[in-house]
Amino acid sequence: MSSSTAVTPNSSRRLKAWLLSDSPESVFHARCQRFYLGWRAFSTNPIAMIGLLIIVSLVLIAAFAPLLTQGNGTEQHLSDRLSAPSGDYWFGTDELGRDIYERIVWGARITLYIVGLVGILVVPIGLVIGTVAGYVGGWVDNVLMRFTDIFLAFPRLILALAFVSALGPGIENAVLAIALTTWSPYARLARAETISIRNSEYIMAARLQGASGLRIIYGHIAPLCISSVIIRLTLDMAGIILTAAGLGFLGLGAQPPLPEWGAMISTGRQYLLDQWWVATIPGIAIFVVSLGFNLLGDGLRDVLDPKSGSGA
Amino acid sequence: MIDVEDLSVTFGHGAATVHAVRGISFHVAAGESFGLVGESGSGKSTVLRALSGLNPDWSGRMTVAGQTLGRRRNKVFYKQVQMVFQDPYGSLHPRHTIDRILAEPIAIHNLGEADRRIGRALEEVGLGPQFRYRYPHQLSGGQRQRVAVARALILEPKILLLDEPTSALDVSVQAEVLNLLGRLKTERDLTYILVSHNLAVVAHMCGRLAVMNHGVIVEEMTVAQLRAREPAHPYTRQLLTASLGYDRAAIDRFEDFAATA
Amino acid sequence: MDFATPKGLVHAVRGVSFSLGREKLGVVGESGSGKSVTGRAILKLVRPPGRVSAKRLSFDGIDLLACDERAMREIRGRRISMVMQDPKFSLNPVMTVGAQIAEAYRLHEQASAAEAKRRALEMLEAVRIRDPERVYRAYPHEVSGGMGQRIMIAMMLIPDPDLLIADEPTSALDVTVQLQVLAILDDLVTQRGMGLIFISHDLNLVASFCDRVLIMYGGRVLEVCDAKRLSEAQHPYTRGLLDCLPRIEVGKEPGGKAGGPADLPVLHRDPAWLDQGV
Repeated sequence: MSSSTAVTPNSSRRLKAWLLSDSPESVFHARCQRFYLGWRAFSTNPIAMIGLLIIVSLVLIAAFAPLLTQGNGTEQHLSDRLSAPSGDYWFGTDELGRDIYERIVWGARITLYIVGLVGILVVPIGLVIGTVAGYVGGWVDNVLMRFTDIFLAFPRLILALAFVSALGPGIENAVLAIALTTWSPYARLARAETISIRNSEYIMAARLQGASGLRIIYGHIAPLCISSVIIRLTLDMAGIILTAAGLGFLGLGAQPPLPEWGAMISTGRQYLLDQWWVATIPGIAIFVVSLGFNLLGDGLRDVLDPKSGSGA
Repeated sequence: MIDVEDLSVTFGHGAATVHAVRGISFHVAAGESFGLVGESGSGKSTVLRALSGLNPDWSGRMTVAGQTLGRRRNKVFYKQVQMVFQDPYGSLHPRHTIDRILAEPIAIHNLGEADRRIGRALEEVGLGPQFRYRYPHQLSGGQRQRVAVARALILEPKILLLDEPTSALDVSVQAEVLNLLGRLKTERDLTYILVSHNLAVVAHMCGRLAVMNHGVIVEEMTVAQLRAREPAHPYTRQLLTASLGYDRAAIDRFEDFAATA
Repeated sequence: MDFATPKGLVHAVRGVSFSLGREKLGVVGESGSGKSVTGRAILKLVRPPGRVSAKRLSFDGIDLLACDERAMREIRGRRISMVMQDPKFSLNPVMTVGAQIAEAYRLHEQASAAEAKRRALEMLEAVRIRDPERVYRAYPHEVSGGMGQRIMIAMMLIPDPDLLIADEPTSALDVTVQLQVLAILDDLVTQRGMGLIFISHDLNLVASFCDRVLIMYGGRVLEVCDAKRLSEAQHPYTRGLLDCLPRIEVGKEPGGKAGGPADLPVLHRDPAWLDQGV
């Protein structure tokens, strides 16, 4: 097993040979190969790479926020309030004299926090409910799907509002509210995939070895559902960000003085005509990140979805 | 070893009921290789599904190794009886490495020594260690079918149910897989039930066979009788003629042996 | 009708040459031998990035290589037809059978709807479908596999082509149905004086059905011989294929309970075959 730290032609060639060899020597090797081949397919798609670039930039900006800014976006310079973008304040200042550039940068952390938490909650819940309903069938399927239908029936923002009003404003509650309204389609998706594969011969073979239902769902069915669920999640990210922004806009998400992008648009609304930058710049940020997730999701689907041709 | 009495399997209900298997009975002795021949819709694969427990809706009586079978099967059963499927492209999980595919039954039955068993299983079916960590899509049809055989045998069963194991393979690969199955049978003293639509394959692999049509066993005979062109039932004779190749005159005499009520 | 192709598409087919008269020619090969691709190449049904190039590709005096897409469309269906393996995938599931056959007819002839229906019913009778009126009104999913294939044949033969290319037309069917469908093909081909290229992986079937046999391997033609003299075939690949087939008549008695069958001779692939060719 060779790995290269120095980028010399010889060692990078060995790495490539290792990644492309016909006969992997261990599970790790096999996984690396699959990842590498998937990466190669993915990187041929320029639009997907743009999406990836945007998201990676988002992550880096959030990670290096302290290095990219001087304050943390909450200091007020009231004498400079509502000043236009300039050399001092790259994106201008808002109504309380806070540097919008800094708030955008620190807001990236909040955005990532929200989408990350929602993802971590929604994917497992949707997978578990969907795969169990699809595999077991019968009354269990019925009960679980009616339960899912209840959540599916509500318009997302309204249900989120109801939850947040009940639980009180704040980021965590907003995340919980969004997660509760977002998981249903994933359960449906997982269930549909499960139903289409539960009669495959490899599942029958697993049953014939005496595998329990749990083992089959966890080890055989879930891995096949995960790609569609993750693709769906990246494509949903835009909606999640916008819902969070909407909640923030209504004052129910992140509370001031946190630099959440949606809240920034909300407060900047009043100054839209004369000081356009206060509301528009956070809007552009939301747009770019949503676009990034969309493009990334499309690219992932081309690589991961067996139905679209390539399929890993 | 295997006793099937008056087995019946139906699918659907009411007007759409399909009587896939109607009251068939047969007996397979230990160490024997028994063939079930029929065209599509004859119910031959359904018999295997009922026997293996994949299909719990059957009526009649089935006994394997002295144990009467109920609706469900348990791990003890699966250690004795295993199955090889027809489609090499469908019977292996597309996201599992061969190693994982072979390790699974070991883990389920807590057999231990996974590494050694997997290595030996691959060797026995003629696949080298370079195949161990590949994914199924990196293997050819014949290689996948060998993995399926390895997986079936890793639990060291005494009975193997073979559902058209070579129908999807090229002729030259079929010969290799049939030879492998023959060798393993001799080495491990296995009992086979081989389901196929191909009379030649059954004649090669088996000692006795039963011909099925529309859910009933039309005739049972030994392969020697088949070779001597002694089949009594006209359906069997027709099948035999058809298996020998294109014969324009004979085709004109083909009948449609529709299901009897 | 002569076809000669020295170069292949993505090297799927290399240096294939043969000529065909009013006879049944069988093309036999395993998967990956390039047999299906050859069939499609004749009709120039290969999509980019595949490419067909040939020294000569002529049909009844027409140079197919020089034909543009419009000219090919005239030829396809009317002069050269193709029947493929699974009727489930070739028949339009939302149109009745009769409508599809009539449509195929009107594509190539200026005919009224009534005339097309009459011809369609005629063709259904010609392929020995017992109740043509009922089948005319049926949908593809309502008919069995054998009947579906007969419908395909009816559809492909209604414009009265000179050449029929059949790509594994019976592989998805039961053996008795298979032979019945082939009998229909046989009769129609003889009656109409058509040429037939029958592509299959089943050597025995092709040898008993066709007049001449072409053996393909790795994109090349390894041997051509008369079907009746197949047992005298020279090439080791052909011999290997013939030998490794299990036969009903021949075989060792599985000796006793613990005995297993004797080994079938196994085909040993000689890499030199990939560079040979007739």
